[in-house]
Amino acid sequence: MAAVGTVPARENAGKGAISIRNVTKIYDPEGVNVLAVDDCSLEIAAGEVCMIVGPSGCGKTTLLSAIAGFHSITFGEIYLDGELLCGPGKPLADQGADRVVVFQNGALFPWMSLADNVAYGPTVQGRLNKTQAREKALDMLAEAGLADVGDKFPGEVSSGMARRAEIVRALINDPKVLLLDEPYRAMDALTKSIMHEALLEMYDRTKVTIFFITHDLEESIFLGDRVVVMTTRPCRTKKIVEVNIPRPRDYHILSSEEFRLLVDEANEAVHEEAIKAFEAGERELA
Amino acid sequence: MSEPVAGQPQPGVTPVQGPPAGLGMFLYKARKNLTGSTPYLMMGGIGLWLLTWWLLCEVFSVPRFEKMPGPVAVLSELFSVEPFLGISVFTQEYYQHIYLSCRRIFFAFMIATGLGVPLGLFMGWSKTVRDYAFPILETVRPIPILAWVPLAILMFAGFEAPVIYLATLASFFVTTLNTLLGVDSIDESYFRAAGCLGAKRRHIFWHVVVPGSMPFIFTGLQISIGVAWFSLVAAEMVSGDGGLGYLIVDAYMNNVTVPMVIGMITLGFVGWITSALVRLVGNRLMQWRVRALALEGR
Ligand SMILES: Nc1ncnc2c1ncn2[C@@H]1O[C@H](COP(=O)(O)OP(=O)(O)OP(=O)(O)O)[C@@H](O)[C@H]1O
Ligand SMILES: [Mg+2]
Repeated sequence: MAAVGTVPARENAGKGAISIRNVTKIYDPEGVNVLAVDDCSLEIAAGEVCMIVGPSGCGKTTLLSAIAGFHSITFGEIYLDGELLCGPGKPLADQGADRVVVFQNGALFPWMSLADNVAYGPTVQGRLNKTQAREKALDMLAEAGLADVGDKFPGEVSSGMARRAEIVRALINDPKVLLLDEPYRAMDALTKSIMHEALLEMYDRTKVTIFFITHDLEESIFLGDRVVVMTTRPCRTKKIVEVNIPRPRDYHILSSEEFRLLVDEANEAVHEEAIKAFEAGERELA
Repeated sequence: MSEPVAGQPQPGVTPVQGPPAGLGMFLYKARKNLTGSTPYLMMGGIGLWLLTWWLLCEVFSVPRFEKMPGPVAVLSELFSVEPFLGISVFTQEYYQHIYLSCRRIFFAFMIATGLGVPLGLFMGWSKTVRDYAFPILETVRPIPILAWVPLAILMFAGFEAPVIYLATLASFFVTTLNTLLGVDSIDESYFRAAGCLGAKRRHIFWHVVVPGSMPFIFTGLQISIGVAWFSLVAAEMVSGDGGLGYLIVDAYMNNVTVPMVIGMITLGFVGWITSALVRLVGNRLMQWRVRALALEGR
C-alpha cells in the first residue's frame, strides 16, 4: 500500500461514473416472461467502489451484463460518464475495454501464458505492439506480486494468482469501470484476505470505478465505499449502506466497532430480503 | 537467479538451474518410465494375450480354434528369412504393402483434416454456416463406408483415388463433428472476456475459437485416423491394389491364414503408431494443457 496520495497517471482517471436509470429487464425463455430487474436506478460516482449484495437470483448478474454489453435491457437507460451505453433504440451496449469484467469462475485464456493474457487487450486493440505489450504486462504483473510467473499458463498457478492476474489483465486497459462478479466466491478465507489486500492496493493506485457483486457482507464493507443491498427478484435497490471508513484500509478495521455495526446494518437488510425470497419459494442457489 | 555463493568457488561446475535438458532429460524420463509399473503391465498384458492364444490354438487345439494359426506359426513365419508363404519382415513385399497403406492414410488423413477442421470451426462459430451444413452432414454421416464403394469406383478412375476417397470420407465426418463439438465446448465467458478486452469477431475466431477447440480437435483426430484405417482396409479389400487390407483378403482367397494374421497384426501395430503420432503433435501444440494435466498427476 505504497502509492497513497500519488496522482495516478491514468488517462481515464476521474472517469467512470455509471448512471443506471429505471432499468427493467425481462427474460423470455420459451415464452415465459421472467422479470429479473424492475425499474432499478442507481448512481455510481467516478472512482467509487460500489458493492452490490442481494439474495441469489435477484438479478445482480443481469445488471452487470447490461453494463458490460452481454445482455440487452428491456426498458430504461444506462449511462457511462454521461454517454448512453444502452437505452431505448439501443438495448444492447457495445462491449468495450472501458468496462472490463472479471468473471466468477475466472476467464483467463488457459491457452495463453499469464503475460500473454495480460498483454492481450492492448495488442488486440492495436494500442501497443507485441513487444511493448509484453513488457508492460510483465511490469504490471510484477507490481501485483506476480513477477516470476509471467510465462506460466493459468492452469499452472494457484487460483489466487490466476485471479490477481485476471484483474491485472483488466487494469492494463486503463478501464473506466472494473466489473467484478463474485470473483472470490470459491476461495478459502486466507486466500480471500490476500486477494482483498491486493485489490485494495490496486484500487488505491488506480482509483478505477469498481462495480463488485458479492454475497459476503464483510467483504462488501471491507472493500466498498457504498454497499447497495438489492431486493429479491425483481431487482431494485433496497438500501444503501455508506461506508465511511477511511482509506487505505487494512485488516485491523475488521475488529473495530464501526465495522461490526455496518455489517449488522447490511445484514439486517439482506436478511429481510432473503426471507422474502424464501417465502416466495425461490430456492437459494448456493 | 542463483548467485554463486562466496567462499565456495566451484570452477567448471555450473549450478543446476531448472529442469535437466537434452540427454539429461531423456535419461530422467527413461528412468522415471522404467521405474513405474506401466512398461511391466504392458508386457504382462501382451504376454497373457499371446499365452491364451497359444494355449487355445496350439497346445490344446480347442474345437473351432484348431484351424486357426497360432502365435508360434505366425511369429516364426513373420521373422523367418525365407518365409514359406511369401510374407515376412525380410521380404520387400511386406514393406510394400505397409508403404502403400500408409501413403493412402497420409493423403486421406490430410485431406480429411484440411477440410474437416475448418468446416467444423466455421460451423461452430457461425450459426448460419451451421444451419446450412449440419443437416447434410448428419444425413450423410451414418451411411456405412462399404455402401460408398460402388459409387467411389464409378466416380474415380484407377486404384488409388477411390480408396483414398473412402478413407477420407469416413475420417472427415469424425473430424468435422468433433471440431464442432470442440467449439461448442468453449465456455461462454472466454468469448465475453475477449469481447471486453476489445477483440473483434475475427480475433475471437483466431484467439478463442481455434485454441479453445484444440483439445476436442485432437481427440477427434485420434479417432479419425483410426476410422481412416478401418475404411481404408475395407476399401482395399474390395477394390485395392496392394496394401494391408489387400494382403489380408488376398491371403483369405488363397486359403492361407498365416499371412492374413500377419496382415492383421501389422495393421494394428501401424495404426497404433499413427495415432501415437497424432497424440504427439497434439501435445506439442497444447503445452498449456499438457502442463496443467501434469500438475494434476496425469
Ligand atoms: N438468460 C436467461 N434467461 C432467462 N432467465 C434468466 C437468464 N439469466 C438469468 N435469468 C433469471 O433472472 C434472474 C436473475 O438472474 P441473475 O443471474 O441476474 O441473478 P444473480 O443475482 O446474479 O444471482 P446469483 O447471486 O445466484 O448469481 C434469475 O431468476 C434467473 O433465473
Ligand atoms: Mg450472479
